Amino acid sequence: MLQAVALSCRRGERRLFSDLNVKVERGKLLAVVGENGSGKTSLLRIFSSLLPPEEGSVRWEGQDIHQLKELYSGQLMYLGHLNGLKDDLTAVENLVSSMALAGEPCSESKAKEALEAIGLKRQVHRLPSKVLSQGQKRRVALARLWLSTRPLWLLDEPFTSLDTASTAVVTQRLHAHLQREGLVVVVTHQEIGLPAERLQQLRLAG
Amino acid sequence: MIWSKYSAPQAFYPLAGRLIPWFATVAVILMVVGLYMGFFVAPTDFQQGESYRIIFVHVPAAWMSMFLYVVMAVWAGVGMGLNARLSFMMAQAIAPTGAMFTFLALLTGAMWGKPTWGAWWVWDARLTSELILLFQYAGVMLLRTSIDDLRRADRSSAVFALVGVVNVPIIYYSVQWWNTLHQGASVSMATGSKMAATMLMAMLIMTIAFWMYSIAVILARVRCVMVERESLSTWDEKAAAMPQAVEAR
Amino acid sequence: MSDSSMWVSISGIIRRDLLLAMRRWSDAAMSVFFLVIVVSLFPLGVGPEPAVLRTIAPGVLWVAALLTCLLSLARVFTPDYLDGVLEQMVLVPQPLSLLVLGKVLAHWVISGLPVVLLSPLLGLQFGLEGEALGVLVLSLLLGTPTLSMIGAIGAALVLGVRGSGLLVALLVLPLYVPVLIFGAGAVTSSMAGIGGEANLSLLGACLVLSLFLAPWATAAALRIALE
Repeated sequence: MLQAVALSCRRGERRLFSDLNVKVERGKLLAVVGENGSGKTSLLRIFSSLLPPEEGSVRWEGQDIHQLKELYSGQLMYLGHLNGLKDDLTAVENLVSSMALAGEPCSESKAKEALEAIGLKRQVHRLPSKVLSQGQKRRVALARLWLSTRPLWLLDEPFTSLDTASTAVVTQRLHAHLQREGLVVVVTHQEIGLPAERLQQLRLAG
Repeated sequence: MIWSKYSAPQAFYPLAGRLIPWFATVAVILMVVGLYMGFFVAPTDFQQGESYRIIFVHVPAAWMSMFLYVVMAVWAGVGMGLNARLSFMMAQAIAPTGAMFTFLALLTGAMWGKPTWGAWWVWDARLTSELILLFQYAGVMLLRTSIDDLRRADRSSAVFALVGVVNVPIIYYSVQWWNTLHQGASVSMATGSKMAATMLMAMLIMTIAFWMYSIAVILARVRCVMVERESLSTWDEKAAAMPQAVEAR
Repeated sequence: MSDSSMWVSISGIIRRDLLLAMRRWSDAAMSVFFLVIVVSLFPLGVGPEPAVLRTIAPGVLWVAALLTCLLSLARVFTPDYLDGVLEQMVLVPQPLSLLVLGKVLAHWVISGLPVVLLSPLLGLQFGLEGEALGVLVLSLLLGTPTLSMIGAIGAALVLGVRGSGLLVALLVLPLYVPVLIFGAGAVTSSMAGIGGEANLSLLGACLVLSLFLAPWATAAALRIALE
C-alpha cells in the first residue's frame, strides 16, 4: 500500500499543493489529473523519492520511504517523461542495459519478446534509437513494463505519442499488473480504459 | 533551549538587529587600539625595519580567512544535516566576508613583499594557499548565484563548501611541500619568531577586532538575506491564498 | 540487495558507457588530440631550447593532462541528465555512490587512460628520458583517476546550471592543485635525481582519499540536481 500523508510541495517560489492525503491499495491504479503546472509530475517524483516533499511523508506498507531508501527503490519502477534511452544504442541494447542498471537483468531474447509485445517489429530492434520516431521511442521505454517484476509502477504520461493500438496494449498490460496485486500511479490527461473498481482519481488544482 | 528559540528566522531577525551595534562598536574600538599599538607602540624589527608592521593586519586577516571558511562549511554541514534554513543563510552570509579577508591577506602580503623580497608577488607557500582559498570562496559564491532555485543553490554550494574544507589543509601542506622542493623565499612572514610582548598584544587585539567586525557584518548580511527571501515567500503566501482545492475521490 | 545484483548494476553502467564510447569514438579521439595540440603549443611559445623544454616538461604535461580531464567532464553526467538515464540511476536499489564509482571508472578509461598511454611519447618530445619518463607515466596513472573522481563532483554540481562549462572549471581547478603539485613534483624530483617516490606515494594517498570521499559527495550533488 502506498500512502501520502499531509504532503505539501513547493517549486521555486510557488506552492503547488499542500496537505495532500491519498492512499493507493494493492490492485488499484491511481490516475493523477489536473491542469499543466498543477504539480502532477512533482507528486509522482515525490512518490518515487526523487523529490523530497516540503512537508509530510510518503509511506510504503506503513513505513516512511525516506527511511526505507534502497529497499523502497527495489519495489518500484519509475518512468518519467524522459525515456531514458541512449541515442547511439539499439532498442534491444537500450532495454537490456536499463534492466541491468535497475538490477533486474534480462536476456536479449526476453528483451525482444517485450519489444514485440508492445508492437515493435523485428526490423526496428536493431536500429539505433536516434532514428526511431517519438512513438517508437516511447514504446521502447514502455517495454520495461513487460520485464519488470516490481510491484509499484510510477508512470508519467505513458500514453504520450502512442497510437490507439499501442495505448490499448499498454492499458491491457496495466490491467494484468493490477490483477497480480500490483499498484500503479499514472499521471495522464487521457481516460484509462480499465474497470471502474480498479480506478482511483486524484485531481490537482493549481 | 535558547538555540531552538532563536533558530527560527522570525526570532533571529530582531535579536541580530539588537546585537549588531554592540559588536560593531567593540570592533571599531579594538581596531583603533590595535592599529595604534601595531603602528606606533610596537618596536621596530631589527631585520625588516618598519615594513614588517603590515603583519598586524596581514596575519589576523589570514587567520580569519581560513577560520571563516571552516565556520561557513560547518553551517553548510548543519544545514544539510538538519535541513535548517537559517544555517544555509548563515553560510551564504559568511562567504563574502571570508573572501574579503582572503583578499585583504593577499593585498597586505603583496605590500609586505615589495620591500622585503623586492617583488609584489612571490610564490610563497602561505600566499599561494591564500590565493587558492580565494578561488574556493569565489567558487562557492559563483555556484550559488548561478543557480536560480533557492533550495538547490543552498544545498549545492553547501556540498562544494564541504568538499573545499577537506581540500584546504591538503592544499596548505601540498603548497608547503612544493615550496621546499623549489627552494622558495628564505624570509618567511611567520618566522619573524621572537616577538615582543607589545607585538603579540597588538596582533591579538587586531584578531579580536576582526572577529567582532565579522560577527557584526555577517549578522547584518544575514538580515538582508532574510528580508530578500521573506519577500519571496510572502509573494508565495499570496499565491497560496488564491482558491485552491485538492480533492481525492 | 545482494552483492550479485549490486555487481549487475555497476557492471551494467560500465559496460554501457564503454559501449557508447565505442559508438562515439570521436569523443575520446578529441580528448587525445586536444592533449597533443596543447602540449605542442608550448615549444612554439617558449622556444625550442632543449634545456628549457626539459625543465618545463613535467609542469606542461601535467597541466595539459589536467585540462584534458576538465574538458571531458561535461560528458560524465550531462548526457544521462538530458535523456533521463540519470533519474533511473538514482532510483536503482543500490547505493548511488557505488554507481557513481562505476561511472567515473568508465570515464577514466575513456578519457584518462589514453592520456596515460600517450604521455611517454609527449615526454620524448620534451626530451625526457629513462627514469623520468617512467615516473611521468606512473604519476599520471595514479593522478588521472583522482582528477576524474574530483571532477565528477564538479560535473554533478553544475548539471543543468547556466554557464556550466566555465563554472565547472572554476570549481574544480582549485581542487586539482594538490594533484598537480605531487604529479609534476614526482617527475621534477626524479629528474633532479632525488627520486619521485615521496611524491608518488602522496599521489597514491590522494587517490585513496578521493576514492572514499568523492563518490559520496558526487552522489549528494546528483540527488540535489535531480530534485
